[in-house]
Amino acid sequence: MPAAPLSNVPDAAGRFGPFGGRYVPETLVAALDQLASEYQRAANDPHFHAELDHLLKSFVGRPTPLYRAEGLTRLARQHAPPNHGATIWLKREDLAHTGAHKINNTMGQALLARRMAKKRVIAETGAGQHGVATATAAAHFGLECDIYMGAEDARRQRLNVVRMKLLGARVIEVHSGLRTLKDATNEAMRDWMASVESTHYILGSVVGPHPFPRIVRDFQAVIGREARGQCMDTLGSLPECVVACVGGGSNAAGIFHAFIEDSEVTLVGVEAGGRGAEPGEHAAPLTYGSPGILHGSLSYVLQDHNGQTADVHSCSAGLDYPGVGPEHAYWKDAGRVRYTTATDEQALHAFQQCCKVEGIIPALETAHAISEALSVAAAAPREHNIVVCLSGRGDKDVDEAARLIATTAMNDAPRLPVDSPIPRGLDHPRQSE
Amino acid sequence: MNRIDSIFAGLRAANRRALMPFICGGYPSLRSTSEAIVALQAAGASVVEVGFPFSDPIADGPVIAAAMHEALEAGVTPAAVLEAVAESRRNGATIGVVAMASMSIVHRMGVRTFVRDAAASGIDGVIVPDAPVEEAAALEEPLAEAGLSLSLLVAPTTPPPRAERIVKACTGFVYLLARTGITGDVPGGAGPGVDVAGIAHRVAMLRGMTDLPIACGFGIATADQVRLVVAPTEQGGAGADAAIVGSALVRRMGRAAAQGRNAVEEAELFVRGLAIGL
Repeated sequence: MPAAPLSNVPDAAGRFGPFGGRYVPETLVAALDQLASEYQRAANDPHFHAELDHLLKSFVGRPTPLYRAEGLTRLARQHAPPNHGATIWLKREDLAHTGAHKINNTMGQALLARRMAKKRVIAETGAGQHGVATATAAAHFGLECDIYMGAEDARRQRLNVVRMKLLGARVIEVHSGLRTLKDATNEAMRDWMASVESTHYILGSVVGPHPFPRIVRDFQAVIGREARGQCMDTLGSLPECVVACVGGGSNAAGIFHAFIEDSEVTLVGVEAGGRGAEPGEHAAPLTYGSPGILHGSLSYVLQDHNGQTADVHSCSAGLDYPGVGPEHAYWKDAGRVRYTTATDEQALHAFQQCCKVEGIIPALETAHAISEALSVAAAAPREHNIVVCLSGRGDKDVDEAARLIATTAMNDAPRLPVDSPIPRGLDHPRQSE
Repeated sequence: MNRIDSIFAGLRAANRRALMPFICGGYPSLRSTSEAIVALQAAGASVVEVGFPFSDPIADGPVIAAAMHEALEAGVTPAAVLEAVAESRRNGATIGVVAMASMSIVHRMGVRTFVRDAAASGIDGVIVPDAPVEEAAALEEPLAEAGLSLSLLVAPTTPPPRAERIVKACTGFVYLLARTGITGDVPGGAGPGVDVAGIAHRVAMLRGMTDLPIACGFGIATADQVRLVVAPTEQGGAGADAAIVGSALVRRMGRAAAQGRNAVEEAELFVRGLAIGL
């Protein structure tokens, strides 16, 4: 019997191979069942698709362009061997309304909330992009909206806190743990335990209990569908490689999904390498973690040998999370996607390079993917094409980036020349390779 | 016969109800955990639930979550909690002891290792609050082989056909949630109180599905509330077999320790008071 296609997941129990599932208190099961069946009904309802497609076009601004990044391509070629240096293309999710891919999912889930007659939505947020996208959808549909955000993230993504409040959401700062995304997710789940009958939880990534990993992937899959079609139209062929950053993994799952069955396309997920490989210094569960259960599903997790979730670090609030979506765990173990890391320093460097040579300020999350894409492009034949999911814009990051760049430059001035035309990272092999 | 079964059989024969206090393993100290098990037996509890500290307990409110974090900060491990239970057995505890452990902990240790070590330490049954009936299937056989009970949760949001499936998978007792939401009483004692009619309705529903005892918890903090949960319906109660009290006890143990008093004496005193409601 031929192996089932890799894209034919999850099963009815929400399993991606051994990963996924639904590890939540019984209180939430009825709501998850309701969500799963409502989603199934919606998926079979042409009106639902028509309304979502219309919203994505007229309100979100889809399709987003596939942009030929001449500047980044030139950078990659500067240190490439002869006839090497692939062309880099950017899938411009930063041009979607609210400035990131997160809105693809929140508009879809807000439609589901309306179908379930739930008048209130809640969400967790790290970088604040999912919070802003949820608040935006709530404003559009007239839903009450509470956003849980770690206090540390609220500090480093202050702009997004202001945006959420302007959009009419209540921002609840979470002071437990490291005061980042994991802690915000705990509090959002606790809220939902009490409010489940009247509230829909708009989970922001391909994580959590079934059916969230599937629903979020499906709503984000528009990224890959568009990118694949745009490649066929523009290049007349598939790209050789697709690169995306991975925190929970929603932009990566969204762009990878359309290419999963195209075995000739290399897929690369880039996790947050933080300050290094030591426990607590990074946020890279697929690279350094082990299978475990967190926030309702079985996947790779950063944990100690007693099953306690480990502390994480990343300069990027959106990647600063100890877990990852179960489908990524499945793709990793199947060998379909290569997962690697970019450090804080590499990401900050790529962040500045992208600003200077492209005129695009990327999110710090996205900068991890750009860093890796520059390395991949330099090592690839010149005729190859690499698509990078430019998952979000970096306006939210400018204060934090300025602070980090100043700090790093002080400690490490000669090694991080902001004006250097040479992409750092190309001559420094990554830790995981 | 499993100890949980014989405890409830004895109570039933005497037409009595059970008090099931919850303590957080290793909080405020590992020694208090082993001593409290002995002391709670003396105070009139029939079964004690021992929580295994977990970094991200999504069913738990601020009191238990903070206690767990404090225990973890002090270096408490699952093995240390098991040893505290074993110590209580060596010191003569014959009370039922049920482990309350997240599936994260159980999975990381390995289901069979967890069950083997739990049985060896003198634990009689387990509650895995984040394993609904589908995911708990992986626990059923190892627990049955070791003679340990498996108590699954039934929530106010659980539809009756699903409740039927859940109780069929339970052994020992059924854990009926008194309300939606997380663990913990409402600070100040105000708030929604105990929904006696709702609980009574669900107890009656479950009685039609199983002969297992029904223990009810979440948000129960006082002797009056214990009485409302376990009193027969004709006396205005909900008719459950047991009342579970957690956060209210954990808070008192923590406060006593913080004030330099004896957390175990505080626990015994508080549970004696709760037992008045039986």
